[in-house]
Amino acid sequence: MDDHHNAGEDRRGFLKCMAWAGTGALWTVSGGLASSISLDQAAARPMVAKSFSFVQLSDSHVGFAKPANPDAAATYREAVAKVIAMPVKPDFIIHTGDITQLSRDQEFDDADQIVKAAGLAVFHVPGEHDMLDEGAGKAYLDRYGKGSKGAGWYSFDHHGVHFVALVNVVNLKPGGMGSLGPEQLAWLEKDLAGRSSSTPIVVFAHMPLWTVYADWGWGTDDAAQALTHLKRFGSVTVLNGHIHQITRKVEGNVAFHTARSTAFPQPVGGQGPSPGPLKVPTEQLHSMLGITTASFVRGTEPIALIDATLAA
Amino acid sequence: MFEHTLRAGALALVMTASAAGVVALGSVPASAAAPAAAGPTVKIDNFVFGPAALTVTPGTTVTWINQDDIPHTIVAGDKSFKSKVLDTDERFSFTFTRPGEYDYFCSLHPHMTGKVIVKAA
Repeated sequence: MDDHHNAGEDRRGFLKCMAWAGTGALWTVSGGLASSISLDQAAARPMVAKSFSFVQLSDSHVGFAKPANPDAAATYREAVAKVIAMPVKPDFIIHTGDITQLSRDQEFDDADQIVKAAGLAVFHVPGEHDMLDEGAGKAYLDRYGKGSKGAGWYSFDHHGVHFVALVNVVNLKPGGMGSLGPEQLAWLEKDLAGRSSSTPIVVFAHMPLWTVYADWGWGTDDAAQALTHLKRFGSVTVLNGHIHQITRKVEGNVAFHTARSTAFPQPVGGQGPSPGPLKVPTEQLHSMLGITTASFVRGTEPIALIDATLAA
Repeated sequence: MFEHTLRAGALALVMTASAAGVVALGSVPASAAAPAAAGPTVKIDNFVFGPAALTVTPGTTVTWINQDDIPHTIVAGDKSFKSKVLDTDERFSFTFTRPGEYDYFCSLHPHMTGKVIVKAA
């Protein structure tokens, strides 16, 4: 993907690239993933070695069977088929929540079976639809919460990129939007402390971490505090779902992006009576559902995000 | 409860309210499976509680009906009542015995808020 880019690499780019290589080594020393690349390896193949891609799936709502999409499991299966068909195999999948419609065991089972076909690791965060069991999230945490903190937040590193999974769908306040809460914010601050500002950061959570449309609750009340901790980093990518459509915003070094759902579209904020499922003519549905591919190329600008519909 | 009602005033109402209170105690929290009560209903339509503010007398059973394609909940701000998740067409009922203003919201979509005002007729 980036061969031609390497060929045209100038000195400045090379220095940037060496900076990456240097930080890569640092992570190895500080006990990063075993697969992290060492300085020696990076120097030998400076640009190609650590480029990778991953896929974002969102709002699969397995179990949903209303007029807006009579079979959300089927369209989720189509989305996963698109991942399987990718010419370059992504390293893993991030699912930004609302895996299921009603948090039922059968729905979680079905969703797991469907995504398993991709043969890739899947990193989850819960949507509000995944916390509806009697235990208020126990079903989700039993399945996906191993090694996570609180309501399911965690972080991990992959080839020098730091990934932070946040939960903003619990303990919501009347009249408010999404919420991270003081405990998670304190954890985030600690999690980021001591990391070099040149570390690329990917944050993912279900509800948007910026206010897309407050009247419909499309935002996170205390997101500004999270962003304070992220400000010093040179490249921050924020991936969200929840609103079933693509929106983008860039603020300083932070690029915000919401993904399409694989289940059903929702109206643009404020355009329509409610944020409920949008019924479109059957032949249009696939063009309004989709997946997002994130490509990380060393030495270039922020992570490239490419959205593809299920129609293509 | 009794003391609270007394403060509200009329003796006749004390009798009515406490009688209803005794009945209600047996059924609180009223379950979603209970047959539709004869009392007032609050409909959830397009992520809105309608009516947003409902005034009832003590002892009234209020029933919420979710008419959306998306699940909702009814949770009191003071946690005095809380429904399970209501899928499409599911209901939740609660009997209000004590006068007061009860703010509630949907814990999944917290921008959805409503109020039940309980006061003597």
